Amino acid sequence: MQIHDKPALKAEARSFNFFYGEVQALKNINMPIYDKKVTALIGPSGCGKSTYLRSFNRMHDLYPGNRYEGEIRFHPDNTNLLSPEVDPIEVRMRVGMVFQKPNPFPKTIYENVAYGLRVRGERNKRVLDDKVEHALKGAAIWGEVKDRLQDLAPNLSGGQQQRLCIARALATDPELLLFDEPTSALDPIATGAIEELVHELKKRVTILIVTHNMQQAARVSDYTAYMYLGEMIEFGKTDEIFIKPQDKRTEDYITGRHG
Amino acid sequence: MQPLTTEQIRAVIARGKAKDAIFQAVGILCLAIGLLVIFLLVGDMVIRGAARLNLDFFTQFASRRAAQAGILSAWVGSLLVMLVTACAAVPLGVAAGLYLEEYAKRNLVTEIIEINITNLAAVPSIVYGLLALGIFVYAFGFGQSILTAGLTLALLILPIVIVATREAIRAIPGMIREGSMAVGATRWQTCRYHIIPYAMPGILTGVIIGLARAIGETAPIITIGALTFIAFLPPLPFTETTEGSAGLFEWLMSPFTVMPIQIFNWTSRPDPAFEVNAAAAGFVLMAMVLTMNGLAIWLRYRMRKNIKW
Repeated sequence: MQIHDKPALKAEARSFNFFYGEVQALKNINMPIYDKKVTALIGPSGCGKSTYLRSFNRMHDLYPGNRYEGEIRFHPDNTNLLSPEVDPIEVRMRVGMVFQKPNPFPKTIYENVAYGLRVRGERNKRVLDDKVEHALKGAAIWGEVKDRLQDLAPNLSGGQQQRLCIARALATDPELLLFDEPTSALDPIATGAIEELVHELKKRVTILIVTHNMQQAARVSDYTAYMYLGEMIEFGKTDEIFIKPQDKRTEDYITGRHG
Repeated sequence: MQPLTTEQIRAVIARGKAKDAIFQAVGILCLAIGLLVIFLLVGDMVIRGAARLNLDFFTQFASRRAAQAGILSAWVGSLLVMLVTACAAVPLGVAAGLYLEEYAKRNLVTEIIEINITNLAAVPSIVYGLLALGIFVYAFGFGQSILTAGLTLALLILPIVIVATREAIRAIPGMIREGSMAVGATRWQTCRYHIIPYAMPGILTGVIIGLARAIGETAPIITIGALTFIAFLPPLPFTETTEGSAGLFEWLMSPFTVMPIQIFNWTSRPDPAFEVNAAAAGFVLMAMVLTMNGLAIWLRYRMRKNIKW
């Protein structure tokens, strides 16, 4: 890879360690996240990829006993997302997240998407309507729900629910969008729709995605990081990782000899 | 071991099914005993009190003559006391439960508080009566009023409301909480938009079950000195009384009686005619409790229909 085609940095982990109580779950992670690109995190179960992902929006702050060490620098303002002086709520306002299992609120479709805006104090009905529509369009679900915005979200199918959750995250224009195995609870058709959407979304937002499915990583990502036992084993362009892995452990994993 | 023949398999199944049948019969019998006792009690009250179960019974005050005595002051008193109880217990209980589940850090202090709340539910109701006599009646000077009774019963059902609130909150999946926090909500926004509304069916059920218990309480109400014979209603707001115009909350300070005390009073009279009244009033109280429980079930069903994950 040549230096001159390197895109801008959106975020960068530097000597990042993470602890669940006494147990160290992530060890000295250094990794760039490139702007408007899709970066996939792969690795066997328990390797820490979800733990790593959930550090980017300080989800671990919700539970006692968790500890960060090191930095995740967020650009362009070079904020350290992990700094105790940075309010986790501020971080979550900038970094959106889509979960493993679709988790729409038991409210209407409209309210699900409008929620992030309401949290930010937006009360203007017209602004809300516009942003909700825009977010639903961005998540490629507008056509399916535009006539029933007042229906309850949990009545949607699993794939629709997950796209609704993407719309919920998009509504507030995040700079970075985290996907935690977003298709593991979905059928192949719904999975295809989400993958296509991820591809579309990278035009406007940087994406970090955890996946169990290596084909998915190969299909949707520009960069891939292989993690194993809490360590970042290898990071690089997706084609290079999949065609010519440098590390024996990465090769074993992607050729199916491990995990 | 030889594989079983078809005959042997059938024999094994038959033996197992015989045990099924025996347990079913025992279960039905146990259920029947419980239900039968309740039906007998209610039926007995209806039959004995039937003579008095008419509209007059509800619109007349207590009287020295059994045939003219009614439960007007008692049912009005019970309803007003319940109103005060609900108004005091719901905000206190819900706020306490919400704090313990969503805000409190897990440490020794919260452990101790939790154990104590469970213990509070087991404190005999008369103890609450003694406490209220000292605090509400004398120290605060609320006297033997509806306010005192309502607050006393609120203390009594507070643990029930707290426990119901906590259980309802715990039933909300963590992913809903995370979903809310992930868009940048504060804890309070998460509570206000999600946790409280989704927990509401469970909270309401707990509140109504608590009230159904409170409405039948006699001991603490006697302790704080409810009147057993009362022939007037608390003043309606803005009506003329002997002491001038009643304020909006004047009724709170009014003397009162409640259903169980009325019943207790009638059963202790020597004239057997009052026993008919007691039976009729007992049936009315029973009907009130069953209505409240029915309401709780209906509310829970109605509200849960729209909440799923």
